[in-house]
Amino acid sequence: MFTILARIRRTGILSEPLPTSTVRDAPLEKLQRDLQSVFGRALRIRHVDAGSCNGCELEIHALSNPYYNLEGSGIAFVASPRHADVLLVTGPVSVNMEEALRRTYEAMPDPKWVLAVGDCSVCTGVFGVNYATRGRVADVIPVDAVVNGCPPTPLALLRGLLQITGHARPKVSSSAVQSDS
Amino acid sequence: MTDDPLKPEDLHVPANVTARRVVVDAAQWLAGAQRLRDQGAGLLTLWGTDDRDRDGVFRVFAALLLPDRVVVLEHALAGGSTAYPALGHLFPVADRLQRAMYDLLGLRADAGDCRPWLRHGGWPENIFPLRRDVGATQSYAIHAKPYPFVPVSGDGVHEIAVGPVHAGTIEPGHFRFSVVGEKVLRLEERLGYAHKGMAKRFDRMPLQEGHRLAARICGDSTVAFSWAYCAALESITETELPRRAAALRALALERERIANHLGDLGSLGNDAGLAFGLVQFSSLKEQLVRLNQDAFGQRYLFDYLLPGGVVIDLGARMIHSMLDEVAMLEQAVSSLRAIYDDHAGVQDRFRDAGLLSPELARAHGAIGLVGRASGIARDARIDLPWPPYDVLPPGRVLHSGGDVAARVQVRFDEIMDSLRLCRSLLQTLPEGPSLVPVPVAPSGRLGLGLIEGWRGPVLIALETAPDNRVGHCHAHDPSWQNWPLIEYAMIGNIVPDFPLINKSFNLAYSGHDG
Ligand code: SF4
Repeated sequence: MFTILARIRRTGILSEPLPTSTVRDAPLEKLQRDLQSVFGRALRIRHVDAGSCNGCELEIHALSNPYYNLEGSGIAFVASPRHADVLLVTGPVSVNMEEALRRTYEAMPDPKWVLAVGDCSVCTGVFGVNYATRGRVADVIPVDAVVNGCPPTPLALLRGLLQITGHARPKVSSSAVQSDS
Repeated sequence: MTDDPLKPEDLHVPANVTARRVVVDAAQWLAGAQRLRDQGAGLLTLWGTDDRDRDGVFRVFAALLLPDRVVVLEHALAGGSTAYPALGHLFPVADRLQRAMYDLLGLRADAGDCRPWLRHGGWPENIFPLRRDVGATQSYAIHAKPYPFVPVSGDGVHEIAVGPVHAGTIEPGHFRFSVVGEKVLRLEERLGYAHKGMAKRFDRMPLQEGHRLAARICGDSTVAFSWAYCAALESITETELPRRAAALRALALERERIANHLGDLGSLGNDAGLAFGLVQFSSLKEQLVRLNQDAFGQRYLFDYLLPGGVVIDLGARMIHSMLDEVAMLEQAVSSLRAIYDDHAGVQDRFRDAGLLSPELARAHGAIGLVGRASGIARDARIDLPWPPYDVLPPGRVLHSGGDVAARVQVRFDEIMDSLRLCRSLLQTLPEGPSLVPVPVAPSGRLGLGLIEGWRGPVLIALETAPDNRVGHCHAHDPSWQNWPLIEYAMIGNIVPDFPLINKSFNLAYSGHDG
């Protein structure tokens, strides 16, 4: 026990401040205010890997490490789509995951947002469309915002998550494919 | 072929390791596989090609891994036939590989499980997408049928279905548990959800671009797969890789091993109830990938390798930072190891969980990290060394406990050895270029790249087509061998231990599904 405590003390607090604004981002404070006005620091995310190479997942995992400390900013991953506000989708949608993705989306309560993460999910990436992949997530379910990158860095993911809540409130149960900005 | 299937008509195969090819008929296919098995070979992978446009036949290939070389059996199916002799009775891994080959190419092994494996209804039963008559971007409506899981009956037996969407951030797969109370009687896996039609995508791609796709077969093993692809292409084109480039690739490969092991050790601690472990190891991993960013311009090295070398050379300042990091990690990992080893609660969860006995591991052909935790002393970097491992031999890591605890120990040992290798690589980095041009490849040549990634040996079998394009590219992840073993390792364990046991194997979904 002593060694654990000593190690914790030596490690200290690694968490970094949330990303500051960049060219593309609206001022971060506003996003955070929006986030809080909608969710009161309780944004819940459900992740679906719709056929990714697992690279994007490595960076989503990184969000939980002490440096990015996602939970510290009021955002958490949940185990069921029924508890989620945001669906975070990775991968070019494989035909073998198409139905599971649709069902997960349908299981989420309104209002709901979809964030497509990684070049594969945004523009099919290196995989294209063939007998086994449908390509962009937006071709399967409505997408509200996207995060580019292969894989996107944790900072880009964090910005994307904060950004999504700054969007206009999504159309409830819209079936139309929205712009993927 | 004479009675010895390996001589004298075998052909040299361009590869980064010693490799031969033997052209066989149906009887010799079986006899050759049997003979090689008797010599200690394991089946690494199976694939097939549609050569009807060239000489009117389909071909099947089997790559067997011997302690000191790879042997590829090549069998042309006579007279337009689509059947070939099954190898499942010799090598259990063949069963799923054969099912996959049928789904993609319509070539049927003459025995074994006939259920679809990669085809979940996303393309019609009578369409075989790897055949040349199926267009590169052709797609189909889904007609899914229920998958016939093997039923288990008995008093109080019920089923738990998990996936393909899981509770955590992990890849898609389905697990069907038959349980009594909490105890698992049987686990049956269903994979293929992340199948992206890799081989079709590779088809006719410019050879000089294929490494980018290879790097995305399995994101956590991007260095291993891109190296395997580059090695196959460089062997075919007889490109001599500069020693500096080889050393930098090895540095990247060892850093990939360390990063994945650090991540796994954190998650395993967490799954055993020690969140402290996750915090500590995930911080170390973050530091490592940040230094990757500084040194190589990317955190996960997706596009660090390219045919002929690497994208960025390493300057003196970065070498210095990496040496400092090696020392920091050695110290940190040793002290965390002592904490894990002494923690009664963690050890209680690790010990005896998910047991894969050495006998079972041997009988089922376990490879890589999982094999080394169950007494199988195989490591391609040591057994079939290619530069720079020919002059820088890794230490052999071996445990025989076969449980979660043993797989944890293998990871600790391998991190320490990889850190040692990194230090040597950094201190003795050869002078010279880090990238050389790769000439145009002759068409119709088969080359192999075999690289011991962090999970085990990954293989790329690359066949060239005219105009410097890919004719066929088959990728193999060692998870094919080890996935079926989780089904055995779970028997008699409780369902709540599945995440821990599964994590201790940490097998690839995307890498497997292709
Ligand atoms: S965007 Fe890149 S890292 Fe993410 S799943 Fe696609 S290929 Fe992998």
